[in-house]
Amino acid sequence: MDAATAPPTDVTIPEPPTIGELFTGFLHLGLIGFGGVLPMARRMVVEKRRWLTPAEFIDLLGLCQFLPGGNIINLSVAIGLHFRGVAGAVAALVGLLAAPSAIVILLGVIYERLKDDPRVEHLFAGLAAAAAGLLVAMAIKIALPLRRPVGIVIAVSCFVAIAILRLPLLPTMVVLASLSMLATWKFQK
Amino acid sequence: MTAVLLALAAIFAELSLLAFGGGNTILPEMQRQVVDVHHWMSARDFSAMYALAQAAPGPNMMVVTLIGWRVAGWSGVLVASLAKFGPSSILTGVVLQVWKRFKDHPWRRIVQQGLVPMTVGLVAASAALISHASDHEWSLAVITALVALTAFTTKIHPLWLLAAGALAGLSGIGLP
Repeated sequence: MDAATAPPTDVTIPEPPTIGELFTGFLHLGLIGFGGVLPMARRMVVEKRRWLTPAEFIDLLGLCQFLPGGNIINLSVAIGLHFRGVAGAVAALVGLLAAPSAIVILLGVIYERLKDDPRVEHLFAGLAAAAAGLLVAMAIKIALPLRRPVGIVIAVSCFVAIAILRLPLLPTMVVLASLSMLATWKFQK
Repeated sequence: MTAVLLALAAIFAELSLLAFGGGNTILPEMQRQVVDVHHWMSARDFSAMYALAQAAPGPNMMVVTLIGWRVAGWSGVLVASLAKFGPSSILTGVVLQVWKRFKDHPWRRIVQQGLVPMTVGLVAASAALISHASDHEWSLAVITALVALTAFTTKIHPLWLLAAGALAGLSGIGLP
């Protein structure tokens, strides 16, 4: 195997992206990422543009999933900041949000204009029902690995507090998350 | 108008910092604020906006932009977006500086694992509330159930399921 066909190694350090490249890279990502941008983000950042090594990507993603906010939004900020400081972070974030914002507002305008047409009303009702179905599937998927009784009790209490009693999120979160972390700490080992 | 913009800013800045485990965990609180507290729209309209945002490309939380636009036009878009994406982004920037020291600390694992049951409860609450508001006819409940079953058992792309749901709705079967 000669050098031209050898798989790329991490020995060569690629050029860090410019502010413009950060903007266009994430602009592109915002446009192609339907229903989950993360796999696309990894492809762009690690495989295509090689801004980060796989290990660096996992490391940054760990941070972004740990903190509040969408992981992909945090990721754009972290990558922008990593390479080009605050300006890079703003470029990446605005790039990521620009196109989806414009599209979603356009869809909103169309919805407002047409929602009194019975056929359009039916179409949007079906769409909303399907979106609800996706949420149900996601809830079941993330609930299944929950095995510890304490975890199940916390999850059920949280559901009851938020969905049935309609309590505000902040106090519910402070109380239940503290209890949950305390239990995790007590039962670890 | 200023009062509305201030309310939008306060709601989304708080949600920005509470969105552990991704955007779907804050949907119930967003719905409570937008529908029950401020009466900016009905629960059914909220579900429709959420569905529209899911059908659009990009990150999960574009419903925020849509709510801002609906409530206060372009200034609403700006205020809601800044409030929703600003605080969590600043936090990310700050924590990024100390992450190297912090990521292998035992407390990080405890906090992260402790938040998992919260995420489960909150996503389940989102699913229940959005289904409750969306499925006002039996046929719509059938669509929700079929989409949930298909998404759970197969790896089909969510966009196809949204399209199928919209088409099933368009057929008008079981709808008034």
